[in-house]
Amino acid sequence: MRYLPLSDADRRQMLSVIGAKSIDELYRDVPKSALNARIDLPAHKGELDVERIMGAMAAKNRPAAEGPFFVGCGAYKHHVPATVDHIIQRSEFLTSYTPYQPEIAQGTLQYLFEFQTQIAALTGMEVANASMYDGSTACAEAALMARRVTKRGKAVLSGALHPHYAATTRTNVELLGDRAVQLPIDIEAKEDLAAAIDGETSCVIVQTPDVFGNLRDLTALSKACQAKGVLLVAVVTEIMSLGAVKSPGEMGADIVVGEGQSIGNGLNFGGPYVGFFATREKLIRQTPGRYCGMTTDADGKRGFVLTLSTREQHIRRDKATSNICTNSGLCALAFTVHMTLLGEAGLRAVAALNHESAAKTADALSSVKGVRVLTKSFFNEFTVRLPMNATGVVEALAADGVLAGVPGERLWPHDKDAHDLLIVAATECVTDADISAFTASLSKALA
Amino acid sequence: MTMNREGRQSKGDAATANVVTFTGNRALQIEESLIFEKDAFASTGVDFPAPTGKHDRIGALKRTSAIGLPGLSEPEAMRHFVRLSQKNYAIDMGPFPLGSCTMKHNPRLNEKMARLPGFGDVHPLQPQSTVQGALEVIDTLAHWLMEMTGMPAVAMSPKAGAHGELCGMMAIKSALAARGKAHRTRVLAPESAHGTNPATAAQCGFTVDAIPADETGRVDLAAFRGKLGPDVAAIMVTNPNTCGLFERDIKAIADAVHEAGGYFYCDGANFNAIAGKVRPGDLGVDAMHINLHKTFSTPHGGGGPGAGPVVLSAALAPFAPVPYVVRDGGEFHLVETRRMAKSEGEGAAGGRITAFHGQMGMFVRALTYMLSHGGDGIRQASEDAVLNANYILARLKAEMTPAFPGYCMHEALFDDRFLMGTGVETLDFAKAMIDEGYHPMTMYFPLVVHGAMLIEPTESESKAELDLFCDALLDLARRAKAGETARFTASPMLSPRRRLDETAAARKPVLRWTPQQAPEAAE
Amino acid sequence: MTLRFTKDHEWVRIAGGVATVGVSAHAAEQLGDVVFVELPAVGRKFKKGDDMAVVESVKAASDVYAPISGEVVEINQSIVDDPAKVNADPQGAAWFVKLKASDPAEADSLMDESAYKSFAEQH
Repeated sequence: MRYLPLSDADRRQMLSVIGAKSIDELYRDVPKSALNARIDLPAHKGELDVERIMGAMAAKNRPAAEGPFFVGCGAYKHHVPATVDHIIQRSEFLTSYTPYQPEIAQGTLQYLFEFQTQIAALTGMEVANASMYDGSTACAEAALMARRVTKRGKAVLSGALHPHYAATTRTNVELLGDRAVQLPIDIEAKEDLAAAIDGETSCVIVQTPDVFGNLRDLTALSKACQAKGVLLVAVVTEIMSLGAVKSPGEMGADIVVGEGQSIGNGLNFGGPYVGFFATREKLIRQTPGRYCGMTTDADGKRGFVLTLSTREQHIRRDKATSNICTNSGLCALAFTVHMTLLGEAGLRAVAALNHESAAKTADALSSVKGVRVLTKSFFNEFTVRLPMNATGVVEALAADGVLAGVPGERLWPHDKDAHDLLIVAATECVTDADISAFTASLSKALA
Repeated sequence: MTMNREGRQSKGDAATANVVTFTGNRALQIEESLIFEKDAFASTGVDFPAPTGKHDRIGALKRTSAIGLPGLSEPEAMRHFVRLSQKNYAIDMGPFPLGSCTMKHNPRLNEKMARLPGFGDVHPLQPQSTVQGALEVIDTLAHWLMEMTGMPAVAMSPKAGAHGELCGMMAIKSALAARGKAHRTRVLAPESAHGTNPATAAQCGFTVDAIPADETGRVDLAAFRGKLGPDVAAIMVTNPNTCGLFERDIKAIADAVHEAGGYFYCDGANFNAIAGKVRPGDLGVDAMHINLHKTFSTPHGGGGPGAGPVVLSAALAPFAPVPYVVRDGGEFHLVETRRMAKSEGEGAAGGRITAFHGQMGMFVRALTYMLSHGGDGIRQASEDAVLNANYILARLKAEMTPAFPGYCMHEALFDDRFLMGTGVETLDFAKAMIDEGYHPMTMYFPLVVHGAMLIEPTESESKAELDLFCDALLDLARRAKAGETARFTASPMLSPRRRLDETAAARKPVLRWTPQQAPEAAE
Repeated sequence: MTLRFTKDHEWVRIAGGVATVGVSAHAAEQLGDVVFVELPAVGRKFKKGDDMAVVESVKAASDVYAPISGEVVEINQSIVDDPAKVNADPQGAAWFVKLKASDPAEADSLMDESAYKSFAEQH
């Protein structure tokens, strides 16, 4: 077995040093009836065989890069520079642990400090933690934090918050006996969230760009929240938008959470991704997750350590702000490397290209008979209404090799009004030929 | 005589160890500034075609103010991150015996498979007809996990161990509610438990009641029975436990909690000691998370990402969150919303705990690892992990003090009695290991052992590597006893940084770079 | 009145119906370098034994319990601004809060300095 260094001779010799007659003697505390149960699994295999088996399964999937691709809704196909994958596969990053021993983990700690700074800058907030599992769990954590800060038990959710985020948040607050009240589905950003605030409200959670692609100005809402002691939680599922669109921090958000997958991380069928969590400094004691901070070592040299740990489960136990332990370290590294290559100039350039792709796609689709583009102000994603249920249309286009977007029924199976909707994302990876293929195939499907 | 111009003696001068260099660098150790200190706020390391600027659907929401993100050219970025990497210790460099964390070898085949475009470049919301192979991976991995644990169901979406705990405890809460037992709100957990256990129970709205350990490091059975009552929702037990011992009364514990009307949550962080040898399903477990990043070798990556699927008993299976994969003949389907589900617990279950379908990238790696090992190799790996830990326990006994008598499972626990009166504390001893080229063991955990040192070698260490490791620790122990205190309290001395001032970091937190941070203040 | 101590390592000194409360020198030493103190708002009322304040070092967090019942009339902002004071003078300048005692006699059951000293040696 290629991963196991011990030989049978080693094993015998070690057992004799230990003074045990057999390996099973070491397992003597296990109830006899439970030891060495028969487990019906195939025997070990060489690399070649394993590659064949995994490769066969991989071949049954249609990769995004294989043709026209317009799927978004919380996960986006972007170009990631080759450098990123090289760096994150370095042994010293890939096979290290949470940096609890800072003397020999400065590499991890420094990139976490850089990640925190990049996230704070992008979101327009004062501080950001060293990552969460993903955007949806970060969103749920924001609702839990608002509960701790305001001591109130009702989270108000926008009708255009990603349904998976809304469901994840509801699950978490209901465990504590709280409520998450979501406004009706809001396709064209017409809802009045301020009017939904009452004396029980802990936070208002609103996504921008929202799940339909609408850009939202949060300025007035933030004032309404502030007036009532309610925290405004802004959710960003497409972080690349922050290279083109005003940040939630600039618009008065108290907490900004979301998904960082777009920068540095592949689609990976939904995970692993990298959630982010940013807020104001005065709220930091109530935040979940870990932080890296700057300090000096015994020789006076600058260095970094994990800090503010007393909020966390390994110290505070049942009074911790969250049970989170493992986060998304390596995905945060991928983010940091990609963001470092982009810089502000590159980010603005790629964001502009995204916007251009989406605008061109929207213009092209609006010329297809029966298709109505509903989203007026957007970044790289928008919603169209089709003259029929979009699910079948998406399947038909997939058969043509075009992955057209997310049909409304996939995310709102119980809301008939959404079934004709198609949510379309177009990034810098989309070419003019892709757009032509999309419109041609769609025209055919709708004819 | 003629002088060879390069004829100086090659032997170094002993005084050079403390040399001060102009750059602050020490040969292969290169000092590296923050990206924000490189005066690169206008530059970039990517090339894109210029946008035409013909389209604007953003309007007044356009971001006009400076963001403040430096951009480095590719060679500069490469150097920056490679230099940083060289300040990290890693499994690929040497033993990383962090107890409870399971730092085993991460095969690169796993990485290669996860990067196949069919896995790495597919979207979670693509039509299901276009991702049948991805769903097959989830289904196959689920089968392996159920077979290995002897459990009838598994929830695949939890993102890490603690998230798996949340999933399992949520299922318990839902099951209690569905069965009219919502008044059961007390959760029992040993005081030696991982912090995530009480934190998770609290996050589910339970109160936590600690069970003491007995003198052998296991659950105090009498104290546990005394705490059972009509308000008990569940017990959370790690097995093998955090002292590295198998809970020999595990069946009695399971029977007692079931008899009292509660559920048995098993923290599976230490499953790597028994995978392929013992099925938790045979021990009365109702729910157990499995850290794919521990037992099944997906890389820890400096603190994640992980993955924490939860196996469930028949009693809890209906309360698993969405989504899950079902097989219909040769085709796979994802059940993504509760109303599509046809199970008994419909509507009562906790619902969704994350967007999309779980840590697919980790599933691919874990399944690749499992296929490589096979059922036989997984069992051998568990046995080797236990053998290695017991070998360390046996060898270090000569100078160090095991916390409990007898054999251990996959990790060996020592206390600090052997350091008594030396002026050297557990922390100092561990930091001295850094100078010897080792990552320290887990310290001061579990809390029930004074000055705890928890050593988990895993199956990845060869006998030669273990022997050198043991020799080094024995030498350190002898030096501590011989009064070489300063060597310990000043350590580490050879690492990229020496001990860091955590007090200053916590008193006045600096959590991000700001333009005000003058370089001299930073040095 | 002299200092009285609880088993949870708080001290209290009552003068004129107002109780000054802090943490013992023994507790401050056990905690190590204090990095954070959280105090209640003036006007908050506590019953004896309630969680009243938080004191943290780098690797430990402790609740401070009200040694007697009463209403907060003053807090020591200087230890919030400079938590190191708790290590420097725990039983003097680094008091935590002043409570208007609702029943000063509650302090009678607490330990005096010598009783606490022998208690602390065992704990």
